[in-house]
Amino acid sequence: MDDKVVYLLRLGDNALILSQQLAQWCGKGPALEEDMALTNVALDLLGQTRLWYEYAAELEGAGRDEDQLAYLRDAHEFRNCLLLEQPNGNYADTLMRQFYFDSWHYFLIEGLTRSSDTRIAAIAAKALKEVSYHLRRSGDLIVRLGDGTEVSHLWTQAAADELWMYSGEVFAYDAVDEAMVSAGVAPPAAELRAQWLAHVGEVFAEATLTLPPADAWMQSGGKQGRHSEHLGYILAEMQFLQRAYPGAAW
Amino acid sequence: MTATVATATAVAPAKAGAHAEQIWTWLRTVPDPEIPVISIVDLGIVREICVADDSTCDITITPTYSGCPAMQVIADAITAALHAHGIVQVRLHKQLSPAWTTDWMSAAAKAALRDYGIAPPAHQVIDISRLHRPATVDRHLAHAAAEREAHPAADRAATARAAISRRATVATPHIACPLCGSTHTTLVSQFGSTPCKALYQCQTCREPFDYFKPH
Repeated sequence: MDDKVVYLLRLGDNALILSQQLAQWCGKGPALEEDMALTNVALDLLGQTRLWYEYAAELEGAGRDEDQLAYLRDAHEFRNCLLLEQPNGNYADTLMRQFYFDSWHYFLIEGLTRSSDTRIAAIAAKALKEVSYHLRRSGDLIVRLGDGTEVSHLWTQAAADELWMYSGEVFAYDAVDEAMVSAGVAPPAAELRAQWLAHVGEVFAEATLTLPPADAWMQSGGKQGRHSEHLGYILAEMQFLQRAYPGAAW
Repeated sequence: MTATVATATAVAPAKAGAHAEQIWTWLRTVPDPEIPVISIVDLGIVREICVADDSTCDITITPTYSGCPAMQVIADAITAALHAHGIVQVRLHKQLSPAWTTDWMSAAAKAALRDYGIAPPAHQVIDISRLHRPATVDRHLAHAAAEREAHPAADRAATARAAISRRATVATPHIACPLCGSTHTTLVSQFGSTPCKALYQCQTCREPFDYFKPH
């Protein structure tokens, strides 16, 4: 598969899996405002997924469309990072996963607005307004929970520590990522990581949270299709309809 | 960038003027499915109209938010409206760049929003003057400007920081209540009933209301 197609699938898969996970909170959020916020973010990510998939499908030219990419690929064909498939857990877990992702996603998308690929740059320019909003909100909530009550601080710190090992995969560039950097399509990892660490560090300081060690060992593999046990369950629910009733439409 | 849905054909320039103007007028009567008091033209969704001949035209639309579910409804409504006027073949094109902004919303649309009970976007998004902000933000920006002068290379990073800074939330101007006009209002939720809106509450008349976010 062409490097750019793989790169686009990674972008789309990250957005889709997180969107699906956030949608699980629909109707169960801890407050009505949070319920709406999560589903709004999920909707933005779903829209971005469609734009990435649409382009990937065109480049691939194998006759697959965005729905087939979403519903008819098995777990090992998904290219999302492991962070996004981690369980929703408690609300601190969901928010920390979101904050780690948003912080990276914002700087990535911002970098992609200068992509040598004009289609990618256009999608990024569209998405940037949305992801800025996402990051502002998740940073805000991390501060409120981290610097909140004793219990909320404890849970938020636990989520930060627990998810930390999944935060590095986005910066672990493989041959596909490097090919995109060389072609001027994607921003380099070192730049993104520095921006990410600075922002997460700044928010954690305000949230009275302790930043886990930057040189900690990091999980990886999701981008290459080696997933945790969680992804299969997510897909089982997300893909059920198309698997049980192939071609169903409404 | 244009994602072409169907292949465009050559436009007859002599005829296109009059016909396109007519089609703009027709589309001005197509309401936004979520906010029926404003039309899709007033909202800035319709970007371009090209008339190929008497029965065929190309319409370029731009999505508001990437995932806005209303886009499909809007596309269907455009096709239906033009079919009703005898345009048999309507080809819709989706254009992402330049990205949609609330700055394209007409003054009439903003007034209609307010009358409908939705506070219109309070400031221009493409506003480099950045008026109306608290002193803390002024100090922050003055510092950033000094930094830029000292380190031009850091300019981009500073812009990025400003965009995601949680201070920017504080910098949002006071939103006037669309019902009683009071500016004593508070943000309840950054996300509202649709992707384009935030939820506010008026502290004077106590009514909750939607705010169309500058985007």
